[in-house]
Amino acid sequence: MNGAAFIVIAISTLAAALAAATLRKLMHAALSFAVALVGVAAFFFLLGAEFVGLALVFIYIGAVAVLIVFTILLTRRDTGKDHGFNWAGAIIAVAVFGGLMWAILKTQSLVIVAPHTPALTVKRIGVALMTTYVWPLQCVGLLLTAALIGALILVLEEKQ
Amino acid sequence: MIKSIDQVFVNAKHWLLSWLAGWPNWATQVVSSLINILALLAVFLTLFALLSVLERKILARIQNRYGPNRVGPFGLFQPIADGIKMLIKEDIVPVRADKIVHFLAPVLIAAVAILTLGVIPYGRNMAPFTIDCGILFFFAVGSATELAVFMAGWGSNNKFSMLGAMRAIAQMISYELPLIITVLPVVMVVGSLTADRIVAAQGNYTYGLIPRWFAFTPWGMAAFILFFISGLVESNRTPFDVPEGESEIVAGHMTEYSGFKYATFFMAEYLGMFAISGLAVTLFLGGWHAPAHALEFIPSYVWFFAKLSALLFVYVWVRGTLPRTRIDQMMNFAWKFMLPMAFTCIVAAAVWHYAGRGLRGWLWSLLVIAIVYNGLSILLDTKRKFAPRVYRFAE
Repeated sequence: MNGAAFIVIAISTLAAALAAATLRKLMHAALSFAVALVGVAAFFFLLGAEFVGLALVFIYIGAVAVLIVFTILLTRRDTGKDHGFNWAGAIIAVAVFGGLMWAILKTQSLVIVAPHTPALTVKRIGVALMTTYVWPLQCVGLLLTAALIGALILVLEEKQ
Repeated sequence: MIKSIDQVFVNAKHWLLSWLAGWPNWATQVVSSLINILALLAVFLTLFALLSVLERKILARIQNRYGPNRVGPFGLFQPIADGIKMLIKEDIVPVRADKIVHFLAPVLIAAVAILTLGVIPYGRNMAPFTIDCGILFFFAVGSATELAVFMAGWGSNNKFSMLGAMRAIAQMISYELPLIITVLPVVMVVGSLTADRIVAAQGNYTYGLIPRWFAFTPWGMAAFILFFISGLVESNRTPFDVPEGESEIVAGHMTEYSGFKYATFFMAEYLGMFAISGLAVTLFLGGWHAPAHALEFIPSYVWFFAKLSALLFVYVWVRGTLPRTRIDQMMNFAWKFMLPMAFTCIVAAAVWHYAGRGLRGWLWSLLVIAIVYNGLSILLDTKRKFAPRVYRFAE
């Protein structure tokens, strides 16, 4: 059952990612990117990490995808012009792929049969965030607040 | 006897599943999910049909006229007539539209609305599916609505559609903040994101008389009202229906939709309304619990749907009473009033918790809410007096 689900999700995620990279219209590419992200979230669900999967959907579909779509809409004319093959992009892609493969193959601690771990509940994540990782959490919070205030200042109406 | 009536639907499902005794485990799971989905769709599509006619009836009563009364007794078959009309209407797709996106938008918006209905417990042991963070699931999946609305607006290739979609997304994102922040105090007090646990936490009665629903605490009442207003906005209902303000931008993101696609949008709007009201009932109004100990013989699902119907009636009532707001009024209201009040609810809930959850906590949290509410009303008072309107014309 899990194997079949894995194959179905993997194929649809890869197809969506490929579509995001190759589709001519930018808006279509952005929407297929959103589909690919749903696929990644489905993987987390399959692995039993519901919270991470839901957070991924929440942040990437609810916020990032909408942001990307609006950026495309407000900044450029979608002419559909072909810019030719991008060599720099290809080199970066190959480098990232090679780096990841190297890291995966070099890892010695791959265990085929996962040891039995207690279920990853929201409660445990919350406790970890509030005890072990409280400083990183506070730093992120401060950074986000600063970003929010900065955005507000940018759009403040100038009093005439 | 009482218990068996309460569990009649659960038992019926177990009886159906007992036919599959020899089947492999995964097949039983799939069939079990399918039964849940079918039950959910049957109940809520019927409720949608019923509400669409009841809404017109109630609006007619408010406006002192008869309302639909031609089809069937009291006009009750009106939804069937409407459905047939919608089905046989011509489905027009604009030539310049993006065909695929234009087609997918109503599909996505309806799918999202149906998915969000799945995590709400409709009665004792009657949640269609239970996951560890059901409340988070509700909002995570619900956030895809914005993308669907955008797809509808962009795919139609029409300026009214695009304007409507941008308005809709602007208001949805603004009001999603108070919507989610007002849920936080409940989650904090219960200590769980599971809808079942939240309902269970509201099960008892103070002094054996007053139900322990969160709506009966000061922070809960404030959060409930804020949640309800945000829910009105999220489901694009009057007085916050600027995305489809027909006097300004035709019908917003639904301008270029006709026939059954339009009906799908309409249906998704109502299903979203059911979902958000169902969540409000679960979070603040005690879910399927009875309001008094003596009334517990009435089955739990009856209580849930009674509370849901009461909320839906308020939706219709508000629609019949209030005029449409302007978009800038809405935005100001969201960021200057709703958001600070939502944060106050968190503080008040903490005060309530640390003052012992009793009468003392009740009074202290009421004090916190009252101080912030009064402070905000003094701060936000623009000192604008009512005066005869001054008209300015283009020259």
